Amino acid sequence: MNAHLQPTGSAYFLTKETQETERHTLSVLVDNEPGILARVVGLFSARGYNIESLTVSETEHGRRLSRITVVVIATPKVLVQIKLQLERLVPVHKVHDLTAEGASIERELALIKVAGSGEHRAETLRLADAFRAHIVDATVESFVFEVTGKPDKIDSFISLMQPLGLVEVVRTGLAAISRGPKGM
Amino acid sequence: MADKMTGAEMVIQALTDQGVEHIFGYPGGAALPIYDAMFQQDKVQHILVRHEQGATHMAEGYARSTGKPGVVLVTSGPGATNAVTGLADALMDSIPLVCITAQVPTNLIGSDAFQECDTVGITRSCTKYNYLVKRVEDLPRIMHEAFLIATTGRPGPVVIDIPKDVQFALGDYYKPDLDTLRHQSYRPQMDGDLDAITAAVDLMMKAERPIFYTGGGVINAGPEASEHLRELAELTGFPVTSTLMGLGAFPASNPQWMGMLGMHGTYEANWAMHDCDVMINIGARFDDRITGRIDAFSPNSRKIHVDIDPSSINKVVRVDVPIIGDCARVLAEMVRIWRSKTNQPRTEAIAPWWKQIEKWRAVDSLGYKNSETTIKPQYAIERLYEATKKQGKEVFITTEVGQHQMWAAQHFHFDKPNHWMTSGGLGTMGYGLPAAVGVQVAHPDALVIDIAGEASVQMTMQELSTAVQYRLPIKIFILNNERMGMVRQWQDLLHGSRYAHSYSESLPDFVKLAEAYGGKGIRCDNPAELDAAIAEMLDYDGPVLFDVLVEKDENCLPMIPSGKPHNEIILPDTANIGDIIDEKGRALV
Repeated sequence: MNAHLQPTGSAYFLTKETQETERHTLSVLVDNEPGILARVVGLFSARGYNIESLTVSETEHGRRLSRITVVVIATPKVLVQIKLQLERLVPVHKVHDLTAEGASIERELALIKVAGSGEHRAETLRLADAFRAHIVDATVESFVFEVTGKPDKIDSFISLMQPLGLVEVVRTGLAAISRGPKGM
Repeated sequence: MADKMTGAEMVIQALTDQGVEHIFGYPGGAALPIYDAMFQQDKVQHILVRHEQGATHMAEGYARSTGKPGVVLVTSGPGATNAVTGLADALMDSIPLVCITAQVPTNLIGSDAFQECDTVGITRSCTKYNYLVKRVEDLPRIMHEAFLIATTGRPGPVVIDIPKDVQFALGDYYKPDLDTLRHQSYRPQMDGDLDAITAAVDLMMKAERPIFYTGGGVINAGPEASEHLRELAELTGFPVTSTLMGLGAFPASNPQWMGMLGMHGTYEANWAMHDCDVMINIGARFDDRITGRIDAFSPNSRKIHVDIDPSSINKVVRVDVPIIGDCARVLAEMVRIWRSKTNQPRTEAIAPWWKQIEKWRAVDSLGYKNSETTIKPQYAIERLYEATKKQGKEVFITTEVGQHQMWAAQHFHFDKPNHWMTSGGLGTMGYGLPAAVGVQVAHPDALVIDIAGEASVQMTMQELSTAVQYRLPIKIFILNNERMGMVRQWQDLLHGSRYAHSYSESLPDFVKLAEAYGGKGIRCDNPAELDAAIAEMLDYDGPVLFDVLVEKDENCLPMIPSGKPHNEIILPDTANIGDIIDEKGRALV
């Protein structure tokens, strides 16, 4: 009803995003200090960047360094900003865009609980074997599998388990490293 | 030092070692040990504020006018949350602050204790860095590291949250040496890449329509940066414009000065930015108040961008030659390289460009129709400027936020850096009065004037009490139009003149208010009496609240309306401003 009263302009200049988004994996080397994860995650939410996956763990105990692997979906322009904004954080040592810098290996680990009996149980084991999933817990009516691989391999294993009695899934999120002799 | 010290004593010792002379603060339960330690020494002088937001703005004014970090001390909980606005302001405008917040004892953190808040959580996104000190052994390192981080690279505010038990705890004080300070992860790049600087100079040497677009980075890089900028401008003969934050880096009295650019910048500066072929951005960040519509921003220029913050490069506008480094060092290199190639400015090559600029200048975009019956706000600032020139004192200007701020930027002229204090990025109403207090603390003999609006000044009015307590003779020059002028102007232009809550119906009597605080109040509404009233204000040895009743509905022009590129700027003599914003502009809402 107030359409005719709509403002005729704005204090800001609004433009539509025209670039296509891409999925990139970033490796971030940080000081393992209190609040570092909040700092990184807070940066993403404050600047409106989307996180697809995030893993963090101390990787160099002596130097108290942690490595954060973060998967983001953004336009190329925003991807550059994400990298620069991360580097701007005081406890961040280095940021590498693994997707942009050449070949890299990406792996994820999942623990998958499946319950069932009879023919379902046999089928479950056959598929687990095909996917090189290890049995880490078994009862007469259930299995817990440990499966590692690329995220899409885990996705397909989970979807195959669905009709066979899938109970629950836990995934670590992505860990990634560049190929070849050079480190971060 | 062999003797053990308490954490509170370490705080004072570290401040002393850092050369801190003044600290702005407000005590409270959790901060008492630090206050107790401060009471027993006389190296660091404490200025008691009336509200913690005031303390942060005072520290900003202090920092901006001296180049030294401003230091704040507040208590836990509300003390810290009240300081947040000033921290966010300092982050946006890259002002070095160290803010010490007290915290409840470590064993009570997380228990919703009295006056507890998650200070590091709340301030994480409005500081450059922050610390929660959990062990007294870390305190000396953190204190010194905080000063390093606040003042180096792109400056900014740093918070140190110190629980009360850490303030009481005994430990060994040490002064860490600079090399072991801070992580290998914090290494601001100071020197620009030589190849990039050479490429920039090459571009400048071929320019036919060049312009220097300078910003707050030149001020932050120290007085030598302004010296190099002046030298480079003289060597090249190029015109110079600046953002709001950069005013004073290049003298307004120099014929190459074009005035401020951006939304309320001059016609010549904005047209020159639009039509230039080489833009040299030094320490500015392509803020949206500067660029207007991005896709129409200076469409045919090659752009050089000097910035100490890599994330500023290509954030808003794509540039051709990025140079990451300290403005002073990069400018010095530019001067050196230019000199090594030629001794001649490009006077002839850019003569047609200057001719064009003169045509734009002739439009006189800052002109206004004066009145014999009402005081025009622009006139008031012009008269103030003329009067201060005759004072023979250093003159520092602070402002609040709104129309008066833009008029001050347009009509008060600055020849030196660090003499203009304003809230640019965050646009914090209430900044100017406390900032003036901070400036006056640092420069007791200078003339410090807060050019204010009657709405903004009421946000931090209570700091007049601080000025009176410390005998700080600040002058508060209120352009009183009984409106939130800039809000009213936007409503006028964009919201069909529906003035929703942009005026106050019960303003205080500012003269009586000044007297109630123990200062002097002056009122003037007659243009003929203005000069005498300004003289009375300047002659008074103490804080003055000067209520200048000005034209109520004056718009601040020139102005680049929304949805418009730089070359479609509205000038003062345009008849109907509402008609200028077209359908396309409306669609941008």
